[in-house]
Amino acid sequence: MALRNTKSSYGWVAISLHWLVALAVFGMFGLGLYMVELTYYDAWYKGSLDLHKSVGLTLAALVVARFIWKLINPSPVGLSTKPLENLAGHLAHSALYLIMAALFISGYLISTADGHGIEVFGLFSVPATLTGDNQEDIAGEIHEWLAWGLISLVALHALAALKHHFINKDGTLMRMFRPQK
Amino acid sequence: MKKLLLATAITGSALMASFANAATYDIDNEGAHASINFKIQHLGYSWLTGRFNDFDGSFEYDAAKPAASAINVTIDTTSLDSNHADRDKHLKGTDFLDVKKYPTATFKSTGFKSTGEGKGDMTGEFMLHGVTKTITIPVERIGEGNDPWGGYRAGFSGTTTLKLSDYGIDYDLGPASSTVEIELHVEGKRQ
Repeated sequence: MALRNTKSSYGWVAISLHWLVALAVFGMFGLGLYMVELTYYDAWYKGSLDLHKSVGLTLAALVVARFIWKLINPSPVGLSTKPLENLAGHLAHSALYLIMAALFISGYLISTADGHGIEVFGLFSVPATLTGDNQEDIAGEIHEWLAWGLISLVALHALAALKHHFINKDGTLMRMFRPQK
Repeated sequence: MKKLLLATAITGSALMASFANAATYDIDNEGAHASINFKIQHLGYSWLTGRFNDFDGSFEYDAAKPAASAINVTIDTTSLDSNHADRDKHLKGTDFLDVKKYPTATFKSTGFKSTGEGKGDMTGEFMLHGVTKTITIPVERIGEGNDPWGGYRAGFSGTTTLKLSDYGIDYDLGPASSTVEIELHVEGKRQ
């Protein structure tokens, strides 16, 4: 089993983390859009928010682990023949990480704005740090914009992968499904 | 005897001066000797309380001239605080107070009717969520006198019940939660 990355291939750890994070990002985006429309007497009014916060903080830890794994592993080189395309891909990947980090921070700052910690699946509580006037409003607005930004970039990321697969006919998409020989 | 006469004369003229006009009191929000709280039923099972942390204002008051009593208060609606950030965000959002569009609520009194010693009905224009209504708040004097730091203070309390839908807030919180109680506690320092 190829767990680690090589210069040309992703290992199972990176592949699993990629798809786990992808699944969670889609789920969180959908859940976020859905829960803000719920009203007081909807059965899931409270539960949806608790789930969003719990998954969000768990995902933050997972993305940190993924980033560390990325740092201590070789990064497979881009497969495009045009250096500019490889650079664009690299920049887009960095932006995905940055926006996710900003989403975690802004989300955390909404719920901790008055000094209360966030319960994670009822197991433990992540304490509050920064608190300020109208912090929940400002962080909330930023969080929403970032969510739309992230999902747009994810769409671009997916389109680029499909372009590599169907137009350039290279292994960019397939190497995110299984390690290459 | 001379001294006593002089003292009486000074006290007398001071009293006369204060009879002429009700004194202006600045609400002591800096020292937080004033608060604006609200109270609404949660599902009909309990009371939820919250407050507006930032407001400012002044009142006119003279024990001998109750009819001259008046008050002006401006509330910063963005300072709503119910001790739960997620709820505060919701209450300040478009479902409720829409504080981005309506960052202030105001009360300007238009008349006062005494209903007894240190008691009365304060009528005025209350503006909330962009809607202005004339309301009457029963108020009560808690006390007045010199403070230990060279000033003179007077304090009042008033409570009134508002129907949320009167102010264009239609979000359904259930039948027990269609009204909110507003409590005003103010201590003013005489200017």
